[in-house]
Amino acid sequence: MTDFLAFTVVGVVTGCIYAVAASGLVVTYTTSGIFNFAHGAVGMFMAFLVWELHVNRGWPLVPTLLVVLFVLAPLMGAVIERVLMRRLYGLPDRVTLVVTLALLVILLSAAQDIWKPKARNLQPFFSGHSVKIFSVVVTYHELITLGVAAAIAVLLRLLLFHTRIGVTMRAVVDDRELSGLNGVYPERVAQLSWALGATLAAIAGVLIAPTITLAHLPLTLLVVNGYAAAILGRLRSLPLTFLGALILGLIEAYAIGYGSSFKLLGEMKPALPTIFLFVILVFLPQARLRAGRIVGARTPSVPSLRSSIVAGAVLVAGAAVLASRVSEYWAYYVGASLIVGVVMLSLVLLTGYAGQVSLMQMAFVGVGALTMGRLARDGSIYGVLLAGLLAGVLGALVALPALRLQSLYLGLSTFALALFAEWAFDEPWLFDRGGILAVARLKLPGIAVHSEEGQVVLAAVAFALVGVLVLAIRRGPYGRRLTAMSDSEVACGTLGMNLVAAKTTVFALSAAIAGMAGALYGGLRTSVSAPDFYALQSLFLFLIATIGGMTTVSGALAGGVFLALIPEVQKLLGVENLQFVFIGIAAIFLAIDPNGFGGNISLLREQLWARRRAPRAEVVAVPEGAS
Amino acid sequence: MSIAPALELIDVHAAYGRIEVLRGVNLVVPPGSVFALLGPNGAGKSTTLRVISGRLTPRSGCVHVGGNHVNGAAPAALVRAGLCTIPEGRAIFPNLTVAENLWITTHASKKSQEDTLDRAFAAFPMLEDRRTQVAGTLSGGQQQMLALARALVTDPALLLLDEISMGLAPRIVADLYDSVSHMASQGIAILIVEQLARVALAVADYAAIMSHGRIQTAGEPADVADALESAYLGSASLEGRSERTTEVGHARI
Repeated sequence: MTDFLAFTVVGVVTGCIYAVAASGLVVTYTTSGIFNFAHGAVGMFMAFLVWELHVNRGWPLVPTLLVVLFVLAPLMGAVIERVLMRRLYGLPDRVTLVVTLALLVILLSAAQDIWKPKARNLQPFFSGHSVKIFSVVVTYHELITLGVAAAIAVLLRLLLFHTRIGVTMRAVVDDRELSGLNGVYPERVAQLSWALGATLAAIAGVLIAPTITLAHLPLTLLVVNGYAAAILGRLRSLPLTFLGALILGLIEAYAIGYGSSFKLLGEMKPALPTIFLFVILVFLPQARLRAGRIVGARTPSVPSLRSSIVAGAVLVAGAAVLASRVSEYWAYYVGASLIVGVVMLSLVLLTGYAGQVSLMQMAFVGVGALTMGRLARDGSIYGVLLAGLLAGVLGALVALPALRLQSLYLGLSTFALALFAEWAFDEPWLFDRGGILAVARLKLPGIAVHSEEGQVVLAAVAFALVGVLVLAIRRGPYGRRLTAMSDSEVACGTLGMNLVAAKTTVFALSAAIAGMAGALYGGLRTSVSAPDFYALQSLFLFLIATIGGMTTVSGALAGGVFLALIPEVQKLLGVENLQFVFIGIAAIFLAIDPNGFGGNISLLREQLWARRRAPRAEVVAVPEGAS
Repeated sequence: MSIAPALELIDVHAAYGRIEVLRGVNLVVPPGSVFALLGPNGAGKSTTLRVISGRLTPRSGCVHVGGNHVNGAAPAALVRAGLCTIPEGRAIFPNLTVAENLWITTHASKKSQEDTLDRAFAAFPMLEDRRTQVAGTLSGGQQQMLALARALVTDPALLLLDEISMGLAPRIVADLYDSVSHMASQGIAILIVEQLARVALAVADYAAIMSHGRIQTAGEPADVADALESAYLGSASLEGRSERTTEVGHARI
């Protein structure tokens, strides 16, 4: 019984911290319509700032907290709103997703460069002091956490219902344009709520940092637990968000507490928020289709079958020539660029054409690599096909609950699933000794693809085949359905199109492509380990795909080259994480334009073609008019 | 010296993207007068109101409110300068209570919350019984009264009404227009966009018919009423031939 009480206290305290984090998320989402993936990153950054000022520079605790929580954090929120978010109001979820993810990467990488990884500790408040309540020892830090969460709940309620500015915030949520016609400046209100959200993130960060070690990634990913809670309130209701946070905190505490006696329960702990999220998603009612503005951007024209085959052949020949000229070292990078390019092609299909977001693509790559490594040790072609099949089935299964919902929920749940996969990949039996799994290279009868050079040609053939396939899909009736769905779901719905079927199949297809690419990727590298497929890798993949461009095959190739060459750039510049800051900034600039690098080059080429043709047409027209 | 008109549009052009909707609108609303802007669907009436209220920046031309050049001003700044707009549809915040809806107006009017509520409830006693009710659960007519109450309490110099009769029973429309003429008698200049031409003409001092993004006829309500039928039917018969009309029609999507 005492155990139970003790676990309950721990659970409630953890739940309170999640509640504080989640309420900040809800406040910013409702007033600006932007879901801030970087919410946890803001909290992490502020917790590190507290450490820097208090521990490293010796400031007294109280002024440090006042400065960080009530000056720096709101300032950061306000600046983020002014510089990044103000341009995004009314744009599709895909764009805001990229920008906030890029912000997450920027903050995380910057923090990793400023505060190099080492053991740091933030002491709990009133460390060592505790009281005994009903035979349970409760530390002062835990009491403060409870008090702060309760105070925030009360203050938020007062703010939103009993002050004019709070009522105005709710008015902006209801109808942004009408609030302007009432004399309200909606941007200023949104800025205020971003400042408030950042403060809440910072408070959560400071409260949780002493209970887990002060490390970059766990604090950043705290937001996952926060949004699992927030989704119970459908990202709108604060009371339900608090309830969700408490339930999640309690589940976690009991899992840890009783984990020693029930082993599976204890091991499940890192995956609990994802499971919680999924159960809620399954029970959420289907999203209503909203008649929104049609935000179709101009995309480059789709090449014909003939020209895509020719381009594929040229690519294979070019890759073969390149591979025979460069050293084995560089040949590896050429092969890696092409294989990563195939993974990018899976995003071209899914995000570029169908408008669906996946932040777990590297997990499918991992499934593919593991399948090849475990089940096809002889390097048989069936291994690659099986990898595709497995990843495809998994893709359809995991995406199904979220596909009924809006694209934002798809982004959220795929990110949560990427974290779930990270936990699954950490199972020791999946990999061999040392957490490494050897993956065989594909053996084809009569063709030698074992050398580095052969691998490059193989990768080029794979890219060309998938590229031609993706373009063929785009030209066909199924591709037209996907494009139509991406343009306007409500129009497709009224035409009787089965949206769930279209989304599920495209998700499975994309996962299958990623899985097959994973099998080849494992072969190219000859061995893989779990961190290759962590959630953060999927994030980088998505951001770089945005930079490369997700509407064209050439964009996928550009993305593949960018991502594969990152380690080299890192070596060349002698930086550790700085390149990710640049990736984040580039992604922010390119987020609004779905065409990215590759697509814009295609558009430019088309324009030049058109211009070159135009004067010729005039020359023809003049003599006709004269005669 | 005459007083500056409450509203003046000089050769205003406006477009959504590449589709031009207003092609040189000229319009003058004298201080304290009621002006009815009529015309078929897609003529550009609502777009004209969007331009005046600052929600759409005109491509060229001048918008003068109370003698001040206001092109490109933010909607909120215009509200603070004495412009009140009741946009098309139900112009209320559905998830806020009646009292909260009225409270929002005090950002611009700088009045106290009590004053605002007292005046609104004096004009529309029905609202007082429902002050804590969530506005989205009011009936359509009540919602529109709340919207009008919002206009009333801000003491605007110029009021823009966009199809306040839409979807309401004739009796309720009559009630609403009683309130409109009451506001007009207090000296507020009002620009009314309305599909129910007769209703609007009954309270108007001046009227104009708009089609194809231009003012076609303007003058006394009686004169405009005569021109009304031919304007509507005329533009309807044009629709098949004129490329312009289809463009304007597209703009409303």
